Amino acid sequence: MLIRFFMMLREAGIPVSPTEFLSLLSALDQRREVRSLEDLYILARLSLVKDERHYDRYDRVFGEHFRGLEAASGGLERALPEEWLRKLKTLELNPEERALIERLGGFDQLLEALKQRLSEQQERHEGGNRWIGTAGRSPFGAYGDHPEGIRIGQAEGRRRSAVKIWDRRDFQNLDDSRELGTRNVKLALRRLRRFAREGAASELDLGGTIAATARNAGWLDLKMVPERHNTVKVLLFLDVGGSMDEHVRVCEELFSAARSEFKHLEHVYFHNCVYESVWRNNRRRHIARLSTLEFMRTYGADYRLVFVGDATMGPYEILQPGGSVEHWNDEAGAVWMQRLLRHYPHHVWLNPTPREHWTYHGSVAVMADLLGERMYPLTLAGIDQAMRVLLRPAAKR
Amino acid sequence: MQADRFSGTERYVATPDLEIAVTAAATLGRPLLIKGEPGTGKTQLAEEVARSLDRPLFDWHVKSTTKAQQGLYEYDAVSRLRDSQLGDERVRNIANYIIRGPVWEAFDAERPPVLLIDEIDKADIEFPNDLLRELDRMEFFVYETRQLIKARHRPIIIITSNNEKELPDAFLRRCFFHYIRFPDADTMARIVDVHFPGLKQALLSEALQSFYRIRETPGLKKKPSTSELLDWLRLLLAEDVTPEALREGDGKNAIPPLYGALLKNEQDVHLFEQLVFMHRRQSR
Repeated sequence: MLIRFFMMLREAGIPVSPTEFLSLLSALDQRREVRSLEDLYILARLSLVKDERHYDRYDRVFGEHFRGLEAASGGLERALPEEWLRKLKTLELNPEERALIERLGGFDQLLEALKQRLSEQQERHEGGNRWIGTAGRSPFGAYGDHPEGIRIGQAEGRRRSAVKIWDRRDFQNLDDSRELGTRNVKLALRRLRRFAREGAASELDLGGTIAATARNAGWLDLKMVPERHNTVKVLLFLDVGGSMDEHVRVCEELFSAARSEFKHLEHVYFHNCVYESVWRNNRRRHIARLSTLEFMRTYGADYRLVFVGDATMGPYEILQPGGSVEHWNDEAGAVWMQRLLRHYPHHVWLNPTPREHWTYHGSVAVMADLLGERMYPLTLAGIDQAMRVLLRPAAKR
Repeated sequence: MQADRFSGTERYVATPDLEIAVTAAATLGRPLLIKGEPGTGKTQLAEEVARSLDRPLFDWHVKSTTKAQQGLYEYDAVSRLRDSQLGDERVRNIANYIIRGPVWEAFDAERPPVLLIDEIDKADIEFPNDLLRELDRMEFFVYETRQLIKARHRPIIIITSNNEKELPDAFLRRCFFHYIRFPDADTMARIVDVHFPGLKQALLSEALQSFYRIRETPGLKKKPSTSELLDWLRLLLAEDVTPEALREGDGKNAIPPLYGALLKNEQDVHLFEQLVFMHRRQSR
């Protein structure tokens, strides 16, 4: 049984290894008093999951795998308000009644929750095949689950009460495919903080000196090494206004996290696409503009260029002269973008909208194409990828 | 194996899953990796485990410049060089210049010890990889004296991390992992009770309310943590603040007294003051 659980964890994308599985088994062996499912839950998590970002996924797989078991031994099921379940069933069985309730209102919300739940289960389903096993009992029972509302009502109980901890999914917001909080952003940006040894020799290399002196039969031979310092320089281009307004908060978090990470960090704003000028202070965007060309002359090619924007606009805003929504631009946005990208070989674009939505707007594809597909979603995993690309030696374009 | 059972102490409240984690790590002799928000008592855990199981504690505090080798031993070549210039007799025996690190001390302990490797993420990325064999087999080799050091008793190893760097997979595979969650209100009340047994109930509940309210303030750079709450309570007690004073201006409008202990960031303080100000204007 546990072997299948182990396989399901792997399928769910949690990097578990046989060694860890064996250590779980020996832990189970040592602790003969593992009596409840909760003990197993904790022990298995302790030995198999090594990253709190995977806790949520683990919770889901665990719930999926052990749900049938729990139901068989009676436990949670009885604690649920039966009324709810009965209602759901009748609703499904009886379209007229459903229509009635729908007219009365209130059902929509219920259905919405249910739909969401079902789509979630689609995800879980990928992890294994247990659902099929329990399917066929009743339309909703097939998915073996109850709308969130029921569970929330119960969740007040403390641990060891009827509610199963893995169903509370407390670690949801630690999953790395979700959007970011400041802490997560910092974590990802730290990847950029690379210590490179550069510059003049300035520090006494004690170990080297001793080794060299010993080899020199006691004659002092001083060795120096360059001092460590952070050499990562970053240019941030932030999209403001228009379609970005809802993302501004996320961007600001990214920005404030970035500030403390680099010695050299310059940021400028643009709207939708970069044209001949950008601005540093959003309040004075119409007065204090900066020529993009001058900007490129000021900051050398060793800067890493990071765009943050949703790249959602009319395609003409990128492709045509005069396409900008704000002013008349003599040269198309694409020309300016290419200029920047050529000047700064290290560049990425971070997009705060989820990857699934990118296909809705033609402009995203156009922009991604300009960037040589170096566009990443603004999630922890996305930033991780982006930072890795930034650290790679520059590809000649 | 009952002897290794850990269940909190009079100074430290451990949740049931943490108890299981520590007990399992102790029984199976595997390192336990602890993560969690700053201020949730990661480092303190090791001290309390040592106290409650009555074992000696060896503390290895890792910094950004720490090398794995330093935990095992160091060869003090410089003093040997100096001694050789002065013609000291000691110079003939290289063992005189081997300085033991905390891992060696722990391996050599008379009774089964607790070894704390604190903030492992601060060190170089390769640091954990350099300790694989030591943690796995509990032995290492001293090249200078050609000596194999083996642990007399398998220590309980507790490793803390603040998530500043990703730890390598090979290392993680050898550890148990536990994430200390931020305590919920009930656990927090128990924690406070352990630290301030005489605290008046009214003051405590008012203080906890303000505390969780501050934590929920959107956009804070650094949310106040358990240790900051404890500091703050200490201040409240010292200043003899009454529960009424905490409740003053009821709910959202009040700036709790001495809140400097909770908010450590100038921008946060500023943000918080602004929010309170806004609430006041709205409610007028």
